[in-house]
Amino acid sequence: MAFLHSPAAYLPERIVTNEYLAERVGKTAEWIAQGSGIRERRWAEGSVADLGVVAAQACLSKTGLKPVDIGMLIVSSGSSEHRFPGPASTVAQRLGLPRVPALDIPIASAGSLFAIVLADNLAAAYGNILVVAAEKMSSTIDLGDPNTAILFGDGAGACLISPSPGPLRIVDSVLHSDGAAADILQLPHDGPLRMEGLLVARHATREIPASIQEVLARQLKLPAEIGLYVLHQANLNLIVRVARALNLGEDKFFVNLDRYGNTSSASLLVALAEAPLPPGPVILAAFGAGLHWGAAYLLHAGRNGFTAITPA
Amino acid sequence: MPKQSKIRELVQSVSKNWSDPGPEDPLFDSGVLDSFELTDLVAALEQTYNIQVPDSDLTPRKFESIARIEAYLESRGVLIQ
Repeated sequence: MAFLHSPAAYLPERIVTNEYLAERVGKTAEWIAQGSGIRERRWAEGSVADLGVVAAQACLSKTGLKPVDIGMLIVSSGSSEHRFPGPASTVAQRLGLPRVPALDIPIASAGSLFAIVLADNLAAAYGNILVVAAEKMSSTIDLGDPNTAILFGDGAGACLISPSPGPLRIVDSVLHSDGAAADILQLPHDGPLRMEGLLVARHATREIPASIQEVLARQLKLPAEIGLYVLHQANLNLIVRVARALNLGEDKFFVNLDRYGNTSSASLLVALAEAPLPPGPVILAAFGAGLHWGAAYLLHAGRNGFTAITPA
Repeated sequence: MPKQSKIRELVQSVSKNWSDPGPEDPLFDSGVLDSFELTDLVAALEQTYNIQVPDSDLTPRKFESIARIEAYLESRGVLIQ
């Protein structure tokens, strides 16, 4: 059992509005907003590693730890520039981490949730694990495919998973994968990103609530007992349906996709960095290509939770 | 109740942009249904007519109009009421 510390985010400065995109994809700004809930997104100039390093540095700065205190790095990205190496070793080197294992998780949207859960299970052996999710989705889209192109943005998030106590304890989690629908959402090496929106919508609206119900049942909790749901920020229409499936109001769900779009695996950590977490139970959930999906149950001790982190 | 009326009722129940489409009018391209609403509609059709729509059938083409939906239901053995 480990604790999640100091979520931090980095969003590139360049704002791409619906109005800007609408002209280029042959749709209206309102069509984009209605179909997704997205008003604007960010596009980056640099590499996936560039984005990840800035978010990781922001997280490290919040923890007060030095690079030498980190025992492992996990970097989630589905938009990496190379087949190999992934961005993890570059991010590790640029952060000055002392030759610790740096693992890539290239599964796109659910990657940061999988990374958090893996780190939770590995923290007893590796100590402080820095989890980073960085995505340059603007490099994957085809403006000739408006249904997909309008959804995505660039960004990065980071957090520390540590055995040292903190205000946010990772209590339980469920992860699932199913390759039966592997071809409905994919980024071939010669690009661009291809998504069968109807099927992705169908699977996501089924599997996200089911995985949340699964972890809640294990914790003997009802959906209404959760203070805040922080989901992968894919599409407002998806979040609305998850809320409906759980018989909850939408106010229980944190939303920032209106400003950043779908930043794939970065979105969960960016949302976590911005979400006003109330004391009590919090649910994280994600769904993405693979298909991979899952949910995690965290307990938030509130502002007065013990926050000192032991160096490795 | 004629089946097209029931289909129209189901489409209207999931649509935010209901515009009283004719039997052949496009539902998807006209904005009557977006991706998520079409997914909602298919779930409603499954429940109403006690059928399972496999992933391989979930394409906009099969559900692009009231008439198309009716044809799909007939192809799945749903009897006209």
